[in-house]
Amino acid sequence: MSESCKFKRYIWELPVRWCHWINVLSIALLAVTGFLIGNPYSFGKSASDFTMGWIRFIHFTAAYAFTVSLASRVIWSFIGNRYAQWREFLPFLYVKGREKMIRMLRYYMLLDKEVPETVGHNPLATTAYLVLFFLYITMVLTGFSLYAEHAPQGIMHKSLGFMYSMFSNQGMRLFHHFSMYLIFGFIVNHIYSAWLMDIKEHGSEISSMFSGYKFTVKREE
Amino acid sequence: MAKLDTGKISNVSKQGVENRDCSIGEILRQRGVSRRDFMKFCSVMTAAMSLPATFAPKVAQALDKVKRPTLVWLELQSCTGDTEALLRSANPTVGEIVLEILSVDYHETIMAAAGHQAEAALDKVIVEEKGKYICVVEGSVSMKNGGIYASTGGKSHLDRVRQVCGGALATIAVGTCASYGGIGAAAPNPTGAAGVREAVPGATIINLPGCPVNADNLTATIVHYLVFSKLPALDSYGRPLFAYGKRIHDNCERRPHFDAGQYVEQWGDDRHRRGFCLYKMGCKGPATFHNCPTQRYNEKTSWPIGAGHPCAGCSEPNFWDTMSPMYKRLPNVPGFGIEATADKVGVALVAGAAAAFAVHGTLNAIRKDKEPSDKGKEE
Repeated sequence: MSESCKFKRYIWELPVRWCHWINVLSIALLAVTGFLIGNPYSFGKSASDFTMGWIRFIHFTAAYAFTVSLASRVIWSFIGNRYAQWREFLPFLYVKGREKMIRMLRYYMLLDKEVPETVGHNPLATTAYLVLFFLYITMVLTGFSLYAEHAPQGIMHKSLGFMYSMFSNQGMRLFHHFSMYLIFGFIVNHIYSAWLMDIKEHGSEISSMFSGYKFTVKREE
Repeated sequence: MAKLDTGKISNVSKQGVENRDCSIGEILRQRGVSRRDFMKFCSVMTAAMSLPATFAPKVAQALDKVKRPTLVWLELQSCTGDTEALLRSANPTVGEIVLEILSVDYHETIMAAAGHQAEAALDKVIVEEKGKYICVVEGSVSMKNGGIYASTGGKSHLDRVRQVCGGALATIAVGTCASYGGIGAAAPNPTGAAGVREAVPGATIINLPGCPVNADNLTATIVHYLVFSKLPALDSYGRPLFAYGKRIHDNCERRPHFDAGQYVEQWGDDRHRRGFCLYKMGCKGPATFHNCPTQRYNEKTSWPIGAGHPCAGCSEPNFWDTMSPMYKRLPNVPGFGIEATADKVGVALVAGAAAAFAVHGTLNAIRKDKEPSDKGKEE
């Protein structure tokens, strides 16, 4: 524990942590099953097996879990504490956020030596999360559009009609497949940054995502 | 197979004009079509329209009484494959019965008349039967530069469809070209090929895409109109739901192999010979809506997947541009050259990110940073 990070603060509320870890789990499941759907391995030994059936079942169940988690997090951004608020994800709209973003960027580019302390999210990260959020939305939309085709003229198929009129079926498939790599790119960045901030800030960045508590330089006002 | 020769067809066509006032039942009896063949035909049509079997007698009853509609068949930028599909259809003698129940007054490929005589027949229909005739269009409409790239009888195809389809009771666009432009509309689309719906926006148009159209679906669409006096229910692409309401993948006879996880890995391998799922060979069945698995082609003998070839997705809009490459699951990534699959580009992207962060991490590990302090500019 660092000398200067001496105040314990509750940052990540329970719903935020739950959403985070449900996302992690469902994305892991979705990625593995998704690649097996896109490029299947011939697991089946007999025609009465149901391996692809189960793989798809897991994919669709995880997709629903992920969608519910995503929707819950959006709702929580209106009722949660200041660190969970929707404003956190639009830091570039505020002068303070922009300043902090520039300092964060300077630190990442190895120009500054002082780690700008962040209680809650850092503005550079939340900007990335905003982009990621839209990526998630398009994943959900393309995924459910492809899924809904098993029941044409059904409620889901009809309410996603705008998707079919905008994009071709194969185009949605390509996007859905390729976007997973974009999310992988984000995950590499995300885990690296969490590790970096954990060792540089000494505020227990990583364990805060389990406990909800961070150690900060200043007392909570 | 089809027992039609051109002489007979032109004869039918002439008879058609003469017998316009007779009901279909009367004409079929005159022509010597047995009651048994007629009932078989009605059962097949009832099945094609996705109606319960109890409807077959009602279809027969209605067809017995109804008058024959006048039909004109326009051929635009096409390969005549749809005409072939209709003439070769023979289940049970559909080709014959169709041509008996319809008064085909104009069909470039099979009519006896030629030149000014033929055009006069078409003009006569347009004027005398205005709003009462059915128009079938085969092939795409050339739209670019005022439609100068294709013409028949000295008139551009664009002008022809606007005139003929505009005055028709309904237009049936047969085949993918007439429905959405088809192969002619594939990039770079030099003639501005488009479907009839795009060329004549106001007209009542039913799309029957497919390459070629399934003649049973065409006949069923016409029979539906004759029996119920209204057009069948359509989806958002103007396709009858009875024929295009379900995905190929969901009615496919090889679907159990898909769910089981048994796939053809290579052409001609043991799995291919055993009839496993063609998903990995680029089958577009999961992206294509059509009744091929149930309706099939050529006297219901077979269809592409039944014959061991993956579905090409021929009946979907923008077929060719969106469904290629034919033997791959996913389209190539645009802007990265040919053969750039999503996986190749994606792995390169993630590897690049990982390498960049590894360098960054190493630099940070050897560097001594100041940790946040009370003197910081925070909050």
